[in-house]
Amino acid sequence: MAYLIGGIVFVLVLVLLYQIGTVFDLIAINKGQDDLYEKSNKYNALFMLGFMVTFLVGIVWSSVAYSDTFLPESSSEHGRLIDEMFNITLFWTGIIFFITQILLFIFAFKYRMQKGSKRKALFFPENDTLEIAWTVVPAIVLLGLLVIGVKSWNKVMSPPPAGSIEMEATAYQFGWIFRYPGADGKFGKRDYKLIDGTNSIGLDLTDEAAKDDIYTSDVFLPVDVPTLVKIRARDVLHNFYLPHFRVKMDAVPGIPTRFWFKPDVTTVEMRENMKDAEFEYELACAEMCGAGHYNMRRTVTIGTMEEFEKWLSEQVTFASLIDPDKYAMAESTESEMMETEMPSDSIMVENQELTTDSLQIN
Amino acid sequence: MADTHAHGHHHEESFISKYIFSQDHKMIAKQFLITGIIWGVIGGLMSVLFRLQLGWPLEKFPILETLLGHWAEGGQIVPEFYYALVTMHGTILVFFVLTAGLSGTFANLLIPYQIGARDMASPLLNMLSFWFFFLASAIMFYSLFLPHGPAAGGWTIYPPLSALPQAIPGSGDGMTFWLIAMALFIVSSLMGGLNYVVTILNMRTKGMSMTRMPLTIWAIFFTAIIGVLSFPALLAAALLLIFDRSFGTSFYLADIFIGGEALPQVGGSPILFQHLFWFLGHPEVYIVILPAMGIVSEVLSTNARKPIFGYMAMIYSILGITFLSFIVWAHHMFMSGLNPFIGSIFMVLTIIIAVPSAVKVFNWIATIWKGNIRFTPAMLFAIGFVSTFIAGGVTGIFLGNSTIDIQLHDTYFVVAHFHIVMALSAIFGMFAGVYHWYPKLFHGRMMNSHMGYLHFFATLLTAYGVFWPMHYIGMAGVPRRYYSFENFTTFNQFDGLNAFISACAIIGFAAQFIFIANFFLSIFWGRKSKTLNPWNSNTLEWTTPLEHFHGNWPGEIPEVHRWAYDYSKPGAENDYIPQTTPLTEEELKEPAHH
Repeated sequence: MAYLIGGIVFVLVLVLLYQIGTVFDLIAINKGQDDLYEKSNKYNALFMLGFMVTFLVGIVWSSVAYSDTFLPESSSEHGRLIDEMFNITLFWTGIIFFITQILLFIFAFKYRMQKGSKRKALFFPENDTLEIAWTVVPAIVLLGLLVIGVKSWNKVMSPPPAGSIEMEATAYQFGWIFRYPGADGKFGKRDYKLIDGTNSIGLDLTDEAAKDDIYTSDVFLPVDVPTLVKIRARDVLHNFYLPHFRVKMDAVPGIPTRFWFKPDVTTVEMRENMKDAEFEYELACAEMCGAGHYNMRRTVTIGTMEEFEKWLSEQVTFASLIDPDKYAMAESTESEMMETEMPSDSIMVENQELTTDSLQIN
Repeated sequence: MADTHAHGHHHEESFISKYIFSQDHKMIAKQFLITGIIWGVIGGLMSVLFRLQLGWPLEKFPILETLLGHWAEGGQIVPEFYYALVTMHGTILVFFVLTAGLSGTFANLLIPYQIGARDMASPLLNMLSFWFFFLASAIMFYSLFLPHGPAAGGWTIYPPLSALPQAIPGSGDGMTFWLIAMALFIVSSLMGGLNYVVTILNMRTKGMSMTRMPLTIWAIFFTAIIGVLSFPALLAAALLLIFDRSFGTSFYLADIFIGGEALPQVGGSPILFQHLFWFLGHPEVYIVILPAMGIVSEVLSTNARKPIFGYMAMIYSILGITFLSFIVWAHHMFMSGLNPFIGSIFMVLTIIIAVPSAVKVFNWIATIWKGNIRFTPAMLFAIGFVSTFIAGGVTGIFLGNSTIDIQLHDTYFVVAHFHIVMALSAIFGMFAGVYHWYPKLFHGRMMNSHMGYLHFFATLLTAYGVFWPMHYIGMAGVPRRYYSFENFTTFNQFDGLNAFISACAIIGFAAQFIFIANFFLSIFWGRKSKTLNPWNSNTLEWTTPLEHFHGNWPGEIPEVHRWAYDYSKPGAENDYIPQTTPLTEEELKEPAHH
């Protein structure tokens, strides 16, 4: 009932507004002006000018106020390249933006039709010099941006350098499964038809390389070492998005994708920089993937190589999860294996309680 | 055909043939416009609903449960419905409002009027075009009330999400209805588009050479060409998707494990769909913006009382945009796993398209320079258009650069960019057109000017209030299509800004009812224009009588002697010279402007 009354009041207000507007329109005509627009013109021109001032001052003010949050501190090498590209573009487009907006609104104000003035508009239909100028000048600026853009793009997208470590991220509705290749440095084959309640990525254990592949529920990477992330999707499109590292790549069912980057600020350093003891790098999904799209958070930790190796040694193998009887328990730790180049079928320590969530099949 | 049809004599038409199954372009224009306005309200209301969630994510609104039932249990929209809302908001606004509502209205109204024809080349096809659109509308509308909701996989309907009901409930019946509705929509759009092209090429009145046509017609002409060439790709994409969904093919599906089972499809490519989709999807944004550009050129020139600056440059730039619009589509896919080399090609092509766009902006600004500007509501919206087109255009240079796009792709920066450059600008163009040609639509009645001013400034302020802050949120890396940011510390720091955006969205939406009241009340209460030509415009439509009849001119179709932009010409008595005025002796001697 209240809503009904509210609706009726709303309609009545609109009708009232219309009538008031009509009165204004009629007054303007009755004052003997040959054109309705001469009186309102002054106010509209002033409002245009007022809008311009509000708008441009608002932009400058709010940009300063929120500048802390623009492009959060990049923690990867190529990320700074992207930020630099952004800033160069911001500079040039900023100039164009302010000049054109100011000209637009100033002209609108200045060249308004004025009461009693016999001024006529200037008949100025074309000018080739001007046309050429404002074709060529933007073209040159854009060409400059393009040259830098293509260069940085090629750099970012270049093949991963030698000495990169590899990890694999598999996205599903709604979470991530991570895999490290284990001591042999090779990922085992996978086949989506093998996926079941325990084999979350369809790992093919008949492949020798698969037996030491390590499962993790979050990401840990060594600082200053290039990492190649192999990105897979199990069901629909997802996107492997690390905002602090400027990493973003779709995960596509049936088509493996990849992105390499070199993190160069550790989590501990970042916590000091941000003065936030609880800071964590975050992994998010950036491609619409269903009702839980907003809920695919994982943490990413960057540590020293030693910390990384220690962490990795504490993780379990996929094999031990898939077939605990056959691939159970061993004495050696992962870090030792990596140093001693143990055969790939060696067995891992299982010293971490598995969460049901991390292996849940949706 | 049209010429033999009406030579001044009125048909006595029945109610049905006059108002419903009308073949008269003017009535069809009104049908498109009013359907478009209804869709605009529905699509706008959806954005208010999901902005409530984004602005106040922890708040409960009991009214939502009253209105939406189980979709808003406890007064908060559930994620499935949130995604349905953003999907349908995009679909409705892009296709049903800014394509059919904008092109349908102004192509139909202006082509025969401004080129001097009695009707379209095929009035029947024109009528069918509307009724296919109506059918598409009815089906799309019905899909909103399906038990599992309408399509919810994003307006881009990327498979596999859109192909698998297991993936999201909206990909069941909702998606089926979406595909059927869009297939009909495409048929409608093709029938309209072909008709527009043929009419413009063949049915211009005597003297109306191509380079004497108003820029509205040029813009509509290229829009129709883009539509005719690109919509079939979407139809193909939709058909293949229907096959994948219903007949077990695997065009887009491969290696999928979902809902506890491995699907049999192998070898398909979701990327193929993206290519097909964006082969329409990108030209589509020009289908949306070009008619608005045409309207704005016409309105700016008329109300600045000054010829449009660089008429030929304007045509070449539309031509350039049209051509380039077909070869930039993959910039939507930089982060899809596309070959980086192909990415760099598309970056180059994308950035090039900024050149003709910039030329247009400079020409518009030069058009009002030293003009004698009359701020009609249409003129206000036209100037607003130039402002939003600049503001949204410059951010395109960020996003078109694939390097920067790594960070900005699928963030709120993109949402800000395309809403300002495409949605706001196109809507501003549409408003400008409605205010300007209202007297032609409704028998010489004028819309209320003061309400128009109020509508404009309320819209301009709230529109920037909604979309400008989104740049900041996007630059912080916040992804779009998130139901809530609570889970991420990186994204969850903009509560205040999000509430501000939502408040602006609600006020802005409410302000549109000023327009709607003005539109519908003026049909009955609008002031009658004292003359046939209330804006002192040069174009042909203002020589037609106030009363509509099928055939437009009671006698001969007038002959055209000059271009449409002789405003404030030195030596002329008035500050406008209608196109029907023969050239004077002096004018014949000077080099033609065109």
